[in-house]
Amino acid sequence: MLMKAPARWGVRARITGMRGPRAHGLLFVLPYLPFLLVFGILPMFYALYLAVTTDGGGMAGLGNFTRTFRDYRFVPAFEHILLYTGVWLASLIVLVVGLALLLHGRASRVTSTFRFLFYIPGALAGASAVLVWLFMLDPSVSPGSLLLRASGAHLFVESIAPARLPFVFAMIAFWTGAGGWIVVLYGALNTIPQDLEEAARIDGAGPVTIALRLKLPLIRKWVAYMAILSVATGTQLFIEPQLVNEASLGLVPDTWSSNQLAYQLAFRYGDFNGAAAVSVDLIAIGLVAAVLIVKRTGLFRTED
Amino acid sequence: MRLVTRGVRFLILAAFAVFFVVPVIWLILAPTKSDQDLVARGPFAFGAFHNLALAWQHLDSFSDHLYRMWIGNSLGYALGATAIVLVTAIPAGYGLALFRFPGRNLVLTLTLVVMIMPAATLVLPIFLELNVLHLIGNALSVILPFAFFPFGVYLAYIYYATALPGDLLDAARIDGCGEWATFRRIALPLARPVIALVFFFSFVADWNNFFLPYAVLADSTQYPIQVGLSNLLSSTPSFNPAVGGGGQQVNIFRPELALATLLAVIPVAIVFLVSQRALVRGLVAGATKG
Repeated sequence: MLMKAPARWGVRARITGMRGPRAHGLLFVLPYLPFLLVFGILPMFYALYLAVTTDGGGMAGLGNFTRTFRDYRFVPAFEHILLYTGVWLASLIVLVVGLALLLHGRASRVTSTFRFLFYIPGALAGASAVLVWLFMLDPSVSPGSLLLRASGAHLFVESIAPARLPFVFAMIAFWTGAGGWIVVLYGALNTIPQDLEEAARIDGAGPVTIALRLKLPLIRKWVAYMAILSVATGTQLFIEPQLVNEASLGLVPDTWSSNQLAYQLAFRYGDFNGAAAVSVDLIAIGLVAAVLIVKRTGLFRTED
Repeated sequence: MRLVTRGVRFLILAAFAVFFVVPVIWLILAPTKSDQDLVARGPFAFGAFHNLALAWQHLDSFSDHLYRMWIGNSLGYALGATAIVLVTAIPAGYGLALFRFPGRNLVLTLTLVVMIMPAATLVLPIFLELNVLHLIGNALSVILPFAFFPFGVYLAYIYYATALPGDLLDAARIDGCGEWATFRRIALPLARPVIALVFFFSFVADWNNFFLPYAVLADSTQYPIQVGLSNLLSSTPSFNPAVGGGGQQVNIFRPELALATLLAVIPVAIVFLVSQRALVRGLVAGATKG
């Protein structure tokens, strides 16, 4: 398996590399570089440039940032995505970790069936997943209509009442993404040496103790990776509120999330500088998260 | 006691399985029912095949075969971009893994950082950039950004750095192969599993992407299926009573919308089912490498 990459290959790669002419490496990378530059790096710098300039190209300093911050929709949008991200993060950490540990309790065919079932919704991402959940949230057709009614929602509009939305979006994200993360954490759990578990068992540790005191600390890195990545992804929320806005006759504002606000600034008001400023706020969050993951969790190698 | 623990564990897992699977089963059955049946009959009742055929007729005649066009566009964008990804990412991963050259660490770090950043972060900046380049509304404004797929480079890099026997490459070089021939004849054929992996991940990411095409395309005949679905949603009176009359005219009701969603998922579902093992391995590699 790829994840058990032994270090010695790295050493050998280095030797091979030193034998080959150095410039050749660059030739192999060359076709990829324009894409990295134009669609990875430049957009960030261009957004930053727009964010600190005015419509006419003059310097704006932090003007665009303070202006968008004072926009009456800015703070609510950030509150929404923070609440949503918090709910989603909690559900991921408690439920995904819990389910992965439950699945790992005993290896069997049942386990792999469950893993597969959990993974199926991963095929429905983007608009498809949101549409499925619009149906699930419509009490007149939903298989969960009893649950919806029990929660006080008798009409579709009540299911997507503003106070519920962060939870609804967290549920959709959990539904599509949890299976993949369970697979990842399950894979990580499988790297724990069998004899460690055996030793704990001989010492009289029960399955719960083994799960929480032995296994959980050993997969901490992956849980951290999942958490940081989810914070970054969660703050970028766009498609879910956008579709709910379209399905709710504007009951849900089209600036519910920060990314939507940036989108509206650009598309409805033609305020590219303001849109860029909000984008830069979001890039900062994503960038900090990415650098944290690369530099701190040690999960990604940049050195052989 | 032990039996009880096992029973509880099974029940928890089964309850979550229900949560994950029920919406999918509902979606598969929904297009076989009429809009009234959806409300009146049980959520898991099977309707009739002629309803399914009817739903497809309505869907297909929506705006002059627009739905087919969306599927075709999605295929075009995803396959076109993925082809570029394969041509650029596999050699790049190879070069990064096996050679040290000036700037290598910079390229690697930038690739990692952009790969981990959520894709949505860069959508508006890319839009603003394409706007300056006057590429907005062009199919290239979707395909070219899709063709940048750092995760593909990373997968190829990890594969070549860890799984490729260096001796083999040395032997090829001793036999007089140039660098390019070594890559073509030895490294490329050996990378078949990772090529498949990159293909699947890139295709699925492109197929499911909503935000970028939503931002850069204006003409509904250019939409990929994900954006098309949102267009269809706003034509469905059940979710958008304002178009009540319009809904009657275009015949798009809940069964049609469900069918549209289901069909939109099929290509990705096929990829998922066929390649589950490879994908799972890729996911694990993607998260745990090295």
